[in-house]
Parts: sequence; structure tokens; C-alpha cells
Amino acid sequence: MFQTALTLSDLAFLARGAGVTLAVTAVAVLFGTLLGVAFGTVRTLLNAWTAAPMTFILDVLRSVPLLIQLVLANAFQSIAGFGWSPFTVACVVLSLYTASYCSEIVRGGIEAVPSVTRRAARSLGLTWGQDMAHVVFPMALRVALPSWIGLTLGVMKDSALVLWIGLIELLRSSQILVTRLQEPLFILIVVGAIYFMLSFPIARLGGRLERRWREND
Amino acid sequence: MLNYTFHWYQAFRALPDMLAGALVTLEVAVLSMVLGIGFAVLIAVARGSDNAVLRALAIGWVEVARNTPALFQIYMAHFGLGAFGIYLSPYAALLAGITFNNAGYLAETFRGALRGIPATQTRAARSLGLGPVAAFRLVVLPQMFRIAFLPATNQMVWAILMTSLGIVVGMNTDLAGVTQELNVRTFRTFEFFAFAAIIYYALAKSVSLAARLIAWRLFRY
Repeated sequence: MFQTALTLSDLAFLARGAGVTLAVTAVAVLFGTLLGVAFGTVRTLLNAWTAAPMTFILDVLRSVPLLIQLVLANAFQSIAGFGWSPFTVACVVLSLYTASYCSEIVRGGIEAVPSVTRRAARSLGLTWGQDMAHVVFPMALRVALPSWIGLTLGVMKDSALVLWIGLIELLRSSQILVTRLQEPLFILIVVGAIYFMLSFPIARLGGRLERRWREND
Repeated sequence: MLNYTFHWYQAFRALPDMLAGALVTLEVAVLSMVLGIGFAVLIAVARGSDNAVLRALAIGWVEVARNTPALFQIYMAHFGLGAFGIYLSPYAALLAGITFNNAGYLAETFRGALRGIPATQTRAARSLGLGPVAAFRLVVLPQMFRIAFLPATNQMVWAILMTSLGIVVGMNTDLAGVTQELNVRTFRTFEFFAFAAIIYYALAKSVSLAARLIAWRLFRY
């Protein structure tokens, strides 16, 4: 018969870890999206040369492993004497990481709106702001939202890496339990199931949105 | 404001060791891609098969690979398999974890690509006298790889970035592992990891550039 030393209070411990994972993800996605929308919009306004410095920095954030970014940011904040908590470091790094991907999604969404549509809007007398708000935004949203959902789930999964700078999130709390209870397989399966339950329904929703909106194109 | 003296020279002197680590990183990434592509083709075929067990296995693999963190998958290979008496070294665990992850993502890419190939291609091949396996291997697969080439190169960049997770299970020969060993010895975290970041960036960029050149050479007609 299957036996385990895992108690309810251990499950509560895991739940607290999952709470940290969700909190980091929420903060990162919130600020990352705001920054990403700003960067993505600005990039469509600039030409390739004037946007080059920004493009380069956003590209670096996507081409350097997140783990290395976390270590660097953590080392830098202690060198500069900011005295940030691991939670703050994790949120700052993940926000910038999210922003770099989100800016690409936003840019893709805006560029998917045909320029004739925008010119038609402007020649009807709409200002740039009205054109962006009433013509570009609704059309770009359809293109961008499924990718944005995918990005949010990606950030949730990547947030597991913050355990390296000392934040006790879901995966780290499972390691603590494994050290104590010596049942690695069972505890890892429980944690995997928690990640799966958080991610899978939203992934399905994203897939469905993508299919439904593609039919109308 | 900065009450700290940077010691870049130390990091410079360690550069040969780090570049040797970068080769190991590249090796793990390439191996995980080769194995991952192999498994992904099998999964993509299994998803379209009439056998319900095969289909369920394929769907399970893809959904677990895509809905759990890569680090979790590496942990599973390193700590979880111990319950079956399988003890993988950090290198093997890292390779297994990334291969599992790659296969899951690539299988979806391949499935999409397979759907883009008209069924008439298979029928034409069969009516020319090719067997079902030969028709798939000689007619469908090359077209699938062509459609999936660019997404697959993105996955290759991802694989390189994912190898850095090896340090969490004690890998000490790849770029991140070598850097971490140097860091533990000297506590010059920022300097060493800044160099590692530059090398990772160079690796990722060379892969995308090489992919673009290969695509231009292969698919120019």
C-alpha cells in the first residue's frame, strides 16, 4: 500500500510557495506588460537606426539566460548597495524580461494592422491618439492576445529560476520538503501537478482564442 | 556611490576555461536538439495514429513538457528517477531534461507543419509505388523539416539558454557551471557572470545568424 509522510501542513507549505510563484508572476507580468506596450509602441514610431539602442537592449534580455540575468542583477544590487530583497530583485529582472518579449508581441500586433486602414482612419479626421485607441488597438489585440497569454505562462514557469537567488517559491519549497521527507518522486509529482493545473487551463484558453479569432480573418 | 573595485583582469584570465565551458554548453544543446528532433518526429506521428494508447502518451508528453518549468523537468530527471533506481549524473540529467522539453515543443511545431502538407502528396507517393514508411520518410518528412526549420532554430537558441539551468543540479563543466565554480572560489560574481552573459549572447546570436544563412542557402528557390 502507498504510504507517505507528507502531511497537510506540508501541503500548506507548498501552497505558500505557489503563492510566491504567483505573486512574482503577477508583478512581473503587470510591469512587464506596461513597459512592453510602451517599448513596442515607441519602436513602431522610430526608424531602424534611431530604435537600434533600444532594440539591442531588448534583444540582450532575450538572448542571455534568465538565470545569469538574475545572478548579475543580484550581484549588482549588492555592489551598488540598494539592499533589495530577493523578491524585489526577482520582480525587477522578470519584469524587464517580460517587457522584452512583450515589446515584440506588441510591435507584431501593431504592424499587423494594414497601413491603408490606418491611413483611412487618419483621413477621416481621427488624431493619432484616436487612431491608436479605436482602430489599431482592437485589431492589434486580436493578434497579440494569444501570444501574450503564452508569454504570461512562460513567465510563470521561468519564475522557478528565482530559487537560485534565495526566494522560496514553489519549486524551492518542494526541494525543502524532499530534503526532509526523502520522497523526491512523490513530492516532485505533486509540484508538477500544481504547475500543470496553474498553466494548462490558461494554455487551452489561449489556444481556443487563437483558433476562434483566426477563423474570422 | 559604488564602494567596490571591479576586478575584470581575473575574469579575463579565466576566459579560456569559460570558452571551454561554452563548448560543453554547445555540445549539450546540440545533442538535446538531435535527440529532441528524433523524439518529436515520433510524437508527431504518434499523435496522428489510430492507436489510442500511443496517442495518449504523445499528448501527455507534449502537455507536461509545455506546462511545467524546464527546471522542474531537469529536477525530475535528477532527483525523481532515483525512485526507480536510476541515478543520472548532472550532465545526463540536464541532457534528459532539455531533450524532454525540446521534444515537447518541437512535436507541436512538427504537428503544425505536417498539417500544412497536403494529403495528396502522400497519395501521389503511394501511387508511385512507395511503401507507407518510404512515402513518409522521402516525401513528407523533408517538406515538414522545411516548414519547421525556422521555429526549430528558435528552439535551438532556447536549448542553449536552458543549459544554464545545469548549475542548479550541480553541473560544473558547462559555461554556467564553470562560471559558478570560479565564482565560489573568488566571489567576483558580477565580473564572471558578466563575461558568461556576453558569451551566451554571442552563442545565441551566432546560432540565429547561422540558421539564417543555412535557410537562405537551402530554401532560396
